[in-house]
Amino acid sequence: MSDHSVYLYAIGDAALADSHVLAETTGVEAVPVRTVVEGPLAAVVASVDRDRFSEQSIRARLEDLEWVEKLARTHHEVVDRVARNHPIAPVRMATVYLNDAGVRELLGDHRSELAATLDRVRGRSEWGVKGYAAPANEASAAELEASASDAPGTSYLMRRLAERDRAAHRRERVAEAAEKLHQEFAALAVDSRVYPPQDPRLTGRRQEMILNAAYLVDEAGAALLAERVNAATDDELRLELTGPWAPYSFTSLEES
Amino acid sequence: MNGDLYPSTRSSQLGHRQESTNLADILERVLDKGIVIAGDIRINLLDIELLTIKIRLLVASVDKAREIGIDWWEHDPSLSSGRGNLAVENRKLRERIGELEASNGDQAGSSDGARSRRRVRRTEGVAQDE
Repeated sequence: MSDHSVYLYAIGDAALADSHVLAETTGVEAVPVRTVVEGPLAAVVASVDRDRFSEQSIRARLEDLEWVEKLARTHHEVVDRVARNHPIAPVRMATVYLNDAGVRELLGDHRSELAATLDRVRGRSEWGVKGYAAPANEASAAELEASASDAPGTSYLMRRLAERDRAAHRRERVAEAAEKLHQEFAALAVDSRVYPPQDPRLTGRRQEMILNAAYLVDEAGAALLAERVNAATDDELRLELTGPWAPYSFTSLEES
Repeated sequence: MNGDLYPSTRSSQLGHRQESTNLADILERVLDKGIVIAGDIRINLLDIELLTIKIRLLVASVDKAREIGIDWWEHDPSLSSGRGNLAVENRKLRERIGELEASNGDQAGSSDGARSRRRVRRTEGVAQDE
């Protein structure tokens, strides 16, 4: 029995085996990455300690958030580094095989789907666009004065009510604008995905996320997208572009 | 070759670009996107949302939390999940306003018709005071 397992980062063309990028990359547990080649495909992998990457051990360590964060970042770094130079399909974090044979079997069994996936992302990259609704402004002085009356309780409540209504309308307006922009961005892209807005606890921001989308674009599309995102940002809807990402959002593979 | 896969314009023209290593963005991608295959080691990453939130809290606790107050979102109704409560809150506010206006009419002598009518009804019982 071997004392290591095989951690899988990504799948790409067999040419990855000769990549200088891989030769200079280390991944989880500071282990250098290598390739497992099968036919026209190659998997970017690393040998990891079998005990530390056993089912039981990983499950236990998922409770250790610092470990999870570190694994996520390392996994991403390897994927990102390779994707900057080669077309690849990232594999979900913490995918582990017992040996190279298992990886070869995967590449063989899914050869045509994987090849089609790689062709779809070849020469393209993923960009993320997130839209945040800017926080509502304070009610204007005029409005405050207008609502002031000889009944402070009523005027307070009226003001609260007006604020609430205004915020609701504003949100609706911003959501509509975001949807329109998404359609526009999607037209520049080969493919697009819309994700649920991130929880404010994740974004760490008070502004509500209204749009969370990913676009698969070629180089020209990326430039256009960046231009449009910059132009479309306004006071009510703040747009942020992230990327280029490895094509995480456009390489899903139905498990058979 | 795909050496130019990533345009050289990366950050120059992107005024609104966030740092690419935002943990939330990374987790969103590495945890449930890309190729999802079981592998030989079966790991349940199902409760990804909970996991990411826990991680965010961890991260927040070491950087921003002290600045922003780690629990502010729990007190901000526009950020907690219950946006549907808005209608309910509006209705309650309207009811409350109605009540206040009614009692206001009793005490504060408004000339508005509805309030005047109430006053008239009421003064029947306390006519000697007027």
